[in-house]
Amino acid sequence: MNFLVILSIVLLVIAAHQLFRIIELSRGLKKTTEWKMTDSDNNMMGKAMMVFMILFFLFFIWQANRWNERALPPASSEHGAIIDTLWDWNMYLVIFVFYVTNFFLFFYAYKYRGNSKATAKFFPHDNRLEMAWTVIPAIVLAFVIIFGLKYWNQIMDESKDPNKVIVELYAKQFSWTARYAGKDGKLGITDYKQIAGPNQVGMDSTDATGNDDVIINSEIHIPVGREIELQMRSRDVIHSAYLPSFRAQMNCVPGMITYFKFKPTKTTAEIRKDKYVIKMMEGINKARALENKEPVIFDYLLLCNKICGKSHYNMQMNVVVETEEEYNAWMAKQKAYKAVATK
Amino acid sequence: MASQKHTELEKEHAVHHDHAHDHDHEHHETFVSKYVFSMDHKMISRQFLITAIIMAVVAMTMSVIFRMQLAWPGEKFAFVHALLGDKWAKDGILDPDMYLALVTIHGTIMVFFVLTGGLSGTFANLLIPYQVGARDMASGFLNMLSFWFFLVSSGIMMASCFIDDGPASAGWTIYPPLSALPEAIPGSKLGMTLWLISMTLFVISALLGGLNYIITVINLRTKGMSMTRMPLTIWAFLITAILGVLSFPVLVSCVALLIMDRSFHTSFYLSDIYIGGRPLDNMGGSPILFEHLFWFLGHPEVYIVLLPALGIASEVISTNARKPIFGYRAMIGSMLAIGFLSFIVWGHHMYMTGMSPFLGSVFVFTTLLIAIPSAVKAFNYITTLWKGNIQHTPAMMFSIGMVSSFITGGVTGIILADSTLDINVHDTYFVVAHFHIVMGLSAIFGMFAGVYHWFPKMFLRMMNKKLGLVHFWLTFLSAYGVFFPMHFIGLAGVPRRYYTNSAFPMFDNLVDINEFVTIAAIIGAISQGVFLFNFFYSIFRGEKAPQNPWNANTLEWTTPMANIHGNWPGALPEVHRWAYDYSKPGKQKDFVPQTVPLEDGEQDGGGH
Repeated sequence: MNFLVILSIVLLVIAAHQLFRIIELSRGLKKTTEWKMTDSDNNMMGKAMMVFMILFFLFFIWQANRWNERALPPASSEHGAIIDTLWDWNMYLVIFVFYVTNFFLFFYAYKYRGNSKATAKFFPHDNRLEMAWTVIPAIVLAFVIIFGLKYWNQIMDESKDPNKVIVELYAKQFSWTARYAGKDGKLGITDYKQIAGPNQVGMDSTDATGNDDVIINSEIHIPVGREIELQMRSRDVIHSAYLPSFRAQMNCVPGMITYFKFKPTKTTAEIRKDKYVIKMMEGINKARALENKEPVIFDYLLLCNKICGKSHYNMQMNVVVETEEEYNAWMAKQKAYKAVATK
Repeated sequence: MASQKHTELEKEHAVHHDHAHDHDHEHHETFVSKYVFSMDHKMISRQFLITAIIMAVVAMTMSVIFRMQLAWPGEKFAFVHALLGDKWAKDGILDPDMYLALVTIHGTIMVFFVLTGGLSGTFANLLIPYQVGARDMASGFLNMLSFWFFLVSSGIMMASCFIDDGPASAGWTIYPPLSALPEAIPGSKLGMTLWLISMTLFVISALLGGLNYIITVINLRTKGMSMTRMPLTIWAFLITAILGVLSFPVLVSCVALLIMDRSFHTSFYLSDIYIGGRPLDNMGGSPILFEHLFWFLGHPEVYIVLLPALGIASEVISTNARKPIFGYRAMIGSMLAIGFLSFIVWGHHMYMTGMSPFLGSVFVFTTLLIAIPSAVKAFNYITTLWKGNIQHTPAMMFSIGMVSSFITGGVTGIILADSTLDINVHDTYFVVAHFHIVMGLSAIFGMFAGVYHWFPKMFLRMMNKKLGLVHFWLTFLSAYGVFFPMHFIGLAGVPRRYYTNSAFPMFDNLVDINEFVTIAAIIGAISQGVFLFNFFYSIFRGEKAPQNPWNANTLEWTTPMANIHGNWPGALPEVHRWAYDYSKPGKQKDFVPQTVPLEDGEQDGGGH
């Protein structure tokens, strides 16, 4: 078997060698200069540029048609809806620029394809034109910057809501732990050197405010319509808490606490009935059926979005958004840290 | 005053060389001094190019392996097993640690070894002395050292792929603590040490090269070659070199502190870490510090990669459109603006890292400003094509492709620079698509354009045109086929550097997009065989190159086609005009080389 493979490679090389000998010899006879661009070369390549442009534009439309319904569902958070709107407007802008500039690029490459009889126009500069395409982008970008920063400041401003729910996300290779502030609304102080046994998040034993904290390893529950303040820490390497459905993301950095706040607007039960999500899940289940996997329903997810090691790709946790009553009922069943630690 | 002194120096230089050439037969060049430890800029340029091609093939093969894993996770591939063996691909299934290692080394090689060392090293070396009219680089010896540091650094990077724990695998950005703690990932053991050593040597190479480029451009321009008569290639290499000299030392300090943390128990980047079942003593360090230092190089680095490609495209487009480059001074101004701004935008890589959001706003502002000079450049390229007489040579096709990818990748930059919009696509495939198109494709297209255009100067023979055009179309189509769909994968929220997208159901509907991307990548990779064949075949058996095959104006085409020591026999040429007198009204031919004196009343630099 191996012998046959080697033999066929050797024969191929010999054949190629002979072929090129013939080409070289015939070139010598005709004394052509193969490398020179002829009018027909330029004509063909110019036209090919135009054909490419049409295919390229159609390719974009084809992808958008086919794959847009697989994009993330509309945002399930208050600021997320703003991001989505801003995203759309910025996208319209850049897609417009993409089409117009690529059009002129390929169209001119086609229209002015070389011809031995033609001469080019000597056109070294034009101050008005250059001024125009310096000033116009500057004005457009000013709007992009103004709107971007306006919402950025709103989104990143510190949470001032007295009714907020504080949840700490503590990341480690390769899982998440959530800690709720408990009845006193304050997270206990931590000290990583006290991590041991049941104290997996490093609760500081000298701080009593942590006694009522609730620590969760399975899935995070949050109430709809209330501001959630995430406080993020990491135990080993940098991770990133990424909640795509809520348009929320922040790195978890060892040695510091990072923050992100958001207000969920749809419960898990509600989003499962969303038309967009139903269609998206049909797609997912169709793909799963091809691989003989059981069908699934939609869940909000917390993903790790910063390379963190071997199982980075599977460092995720379910997030359940529920009504205030459901959330309270769930919280009532959870045990406070003190009760767990002293057991 | 300065120019007088310069001329005198040059005379002396010329006399010296005339002398040398009278006694050419006494010039004993051994194989070693000619091909190995060469101090000739043309030979060093070829050494850089061939090393970079080998590195590019390695990095591309790596990308094919991990793309196959992403499209068909869990499938067994004999091809993968043959390359990686039992340890890293048992039964032909890629190991997750090896996946991260491949992603890391692919990025490192492509960014540093191919697009920095390969692109600047090849073309700055080849073109700076040629196009400014110098005998060689200011220091041939430092230039030789630059290549040898590069080669040793490449060697160490390659060697790190063959060690027991595997190469560095913390991503090409090697953020600590992942890169600092051997407990965190096997790649952070010996592999990371080798990565750091290799990068330090690489920076030495880049600095030696860069200083040489700057000095040569500033001091060794021939008579008449004022700064505003220089071809845009030289402007691009000059600005690139300045960026490198100012930013690469910061990478070294960044790397040095990481070495300290890894080997000498300092805490520059480490704090509050519990790993491997015990708390570490390190307190008070910050990984954010690393990110600032890294991206202070990392962002200018993007332009170190891009600017040479823009410079090459300017030259190739103008020559082949048979028109002056539109807005020569605006092109210089925009490159200077891009170069300056590139130093104050690094924070846009860090919006989501926990850096102060206020600081983030400043970076939004500066980053979006870069879009203005970039837009000017794109519009100027397009206007250069307008009413041209375009010769669609392979180099020209790649240059047009480069402008297209610069635009297509550039516009998504406007989205990502906007911190509000970055929140949700940060570190997703949307980013992967963006930077591969704007920086990867643009730079590699620029590099191909340069190879096709200056091959006759490098190897004195011509590359095959038909194969070149076939190579362009296969590469161009498959490149967009690989990276365009990645935007949609990003919009679905898929994070970067995931070993598989099938560990949980969320991304199951993206299987066919991933297959599409991988198939395009495989076609693209195989198509490079056309280039490799054409390249190596033409070196030995291509048609003999004529003096000035593309009818270009720049000085390199006035040197004899013989790769002689000192470039010009006899005196250096004198320059009388800018490099872009193509199709100037009232001239016999559609090009006027820079050495042709101005006629009475003729204006230089675009006037006529």
